[in-house]
Amino acid sequence: MKNKESWIDQRFPLTKVWNEHLAEYYTPRNFNFWYFFGSLAILMLVMQLVTGIFLTMHFKPDSANAFASVEYIMRDVEWGWLVRYLHSVGASAFFVVIYLHMYRALLYGSYKGPRELIWILGMLLYIALMAEAFMGYVLPWGQMSFWGAQVIISLFGSVPVIGPDLLVWILGDYAVGDAALNRFFSLHVIALPLILVVLVFLHIVALHTVGSNNPDGIEIKKNKDKDGIPKDGIPFHPYFTVKDTMGAVAFLWIFCAVVFYAPGLNGYFLEHANFIEANPLQTPEHIAPLWYLTPFYSVLRAVPPMFGSQFPGVLAMGASLLILFFLPWLDRSPVKSIRYRSPIYKWVLGVFVVSFVMLGWLGMQPVTPLNVFLARFFTVLYFGFFILMPWYTSIGKTKEVPERLTE
Amino acid sequence: MPEQTIDLKKRRFLTQATSVVGAVGVGFVAWPFLSTWKPSARTRAAGAPVDVDISKLQTGQLVRVLWRKKPVWIFKRGAEALAALESAAVIKNLSDPDGSGYSKNQQPKYVTTNFRSIKNREEVAVIVAVCTHLGCSPTYRPEPGAADLGGESWKGGFYCPCHGSKFDLAGRVYAGVPAPTNLVIPPYHYVSDTLIRIGVDPEIS
Repeated sequence: MKNKESWIDQRFPLTKVWNEHLAEYYTPRNFNFWYFFGSLAILMLVMQLVTGIFLTMHFKPDSANAFASVEYIMRDVEWGWLVRYLHSVGASAFFVVIYLHMYRALLYGSYKGPRELIWILGMLLYIALMAEAFMGYVLPWGQMSFWGAQVIISLFGSVPVIGPDLLVWILGDYAVGDAALNRFFSLHVIALPLILVVLVFLHIVALHTVGSNNPDGIEIKKNKDKDGIPKDGIPFHPYFTVKDTMGAVAFLWIFCAVVFYAPGLNGYFLEHANFIEANPLQTPEHIAPLWYLTPFYSVLRAVPPMFGSQFPGVLAMGASLLILFFLPWLDRSPVKSIRYRSPIYKWVLGVFVVSFVMLGWLGMQPVTPLNVFLARFFTVLYFGFFILMPWYTSIGKTKEVPERLTE
Repeated sequence: MPEQTIDLKKRRFLTQATSVVGAVGVGFVAWPFLSTWKPSARTRAAGAPVDVDISKLQTGQLVRVLWRKKPVWIFKRGAEALAALESAAVIKNLSDPDGSGYSKNQQPKYVTTNFRSIKNREEVAVIVAVCTHLGCSPTYRPEPGAADLGGESWKGGFYCPCHGSKFDLAGRVYAGVPAPTNLVIPPYHYVSDTLIRIGVDPEIS
């Protein structure tokens, strides 16, 4: 056995990689609940890749056959319903995990230096994931698929000067139809998954270069023993591989409950109107994107047209995503973790969470004067969180950060 | 050989020149791939005009047809609806009632200002049923006084369920809604008294 290892190691750095990323990757020993979601995100990525591969074997990317082929998977393919529900619930579960993962970064300042690049790669992953999810939702070619695609692709049409031509180029036609479905299929099953896997790789390499943050926001690498091992660190394997496995079991327990007993989650994971085949003559009475896109959709709806164009709303929506990239530089606080932040920051973060959730909820509601007012109100609060951040993170009294982890 | 030194300036120039030529090459290779996304020859050929027989169209009735893969409404307005389109009560709520502002290019020159239909056939409207906001197809709400659309001030029109834009029965957009411009009137003409051809302008006689 010893000999064989060295045979491989002479030709491939197997032991080196194993040690660097698992057996000798030292992780802060005080990881709490919030630290499950990174590994759960990988679990969901694998889930989507595996179920996706099997769905692709039966799905027909053709506007005349797509809807029927999904029903075929649901009714005629052996266990097809399970694979399809794992994939559709998996998409929403992926976003649940990602949103909690991102919130963890906000709680403990994980985006702050030296982890700016991890945050930026994570944001790119988030945007690629939204594109992946959007295109996946178009494929079953139901009413929501069709009209959702119509609305989202129309956003590109509002770009001044080049908009109309850009729209036709993206659609490959003068309206949403077979050409768009076919290319979205290609992007959904090849291009974006490749990009996602590469970005995940870079995200993890960047993380393992600087080391994980922790609930205290203390750099464990500052306190090393005589062997150069952080005193507050424990090897990722076996300690956290075992702990994360336990987290995965608990997560899958809830996940399977949804898959088996409420796969549509009353319209939140699979919208009712998507069980009707796409009809280009008739928009459903009420259309909304799936829940994970609605906060940004609300921002879009909150901005009125200006100069005879919808483009300002599109810009606002783009800005609401883009501004997240700048978080590491907007935050001027001397401490990372919420545990040592000023009371002002805790309040502001609370307001931000409420604004984001409210924008998400409003994005699913019909447009009424009250809802438009609320969407505008919470849009202002959403942007306020970022724009005022350099100011409110530099005032207020922070607590003293201890030298070593506290638990 | 030891006397010979490396000419760093020349090396830098060659590196840069090679990079630039390489980038141009990448651009040339990318072009065919990006072009595959343009509408194909088959798609371009599919934009033929559509004929609609309106002999059985009742007042207040609306039919939908697909023209260039877009939904188009053909509907008949009664005398009351036409009167409303000219009334100050409706016009004061509109963003661009005479189509001279941002909606300048939303209709062909030969349609009338208030009814946005061909002269002497004011009762029949032909409108592309695609909201100018983000492309949903608005709902036909011809009943005046609909409580959910403003009650007394609503004189009939279209309501977009996606983002709440409102239009009157000539497809003119209300002020203060997300849609920036009036709905599009396609080119169309009467082949006979009861047959409309959508997609072709009337011949200038």
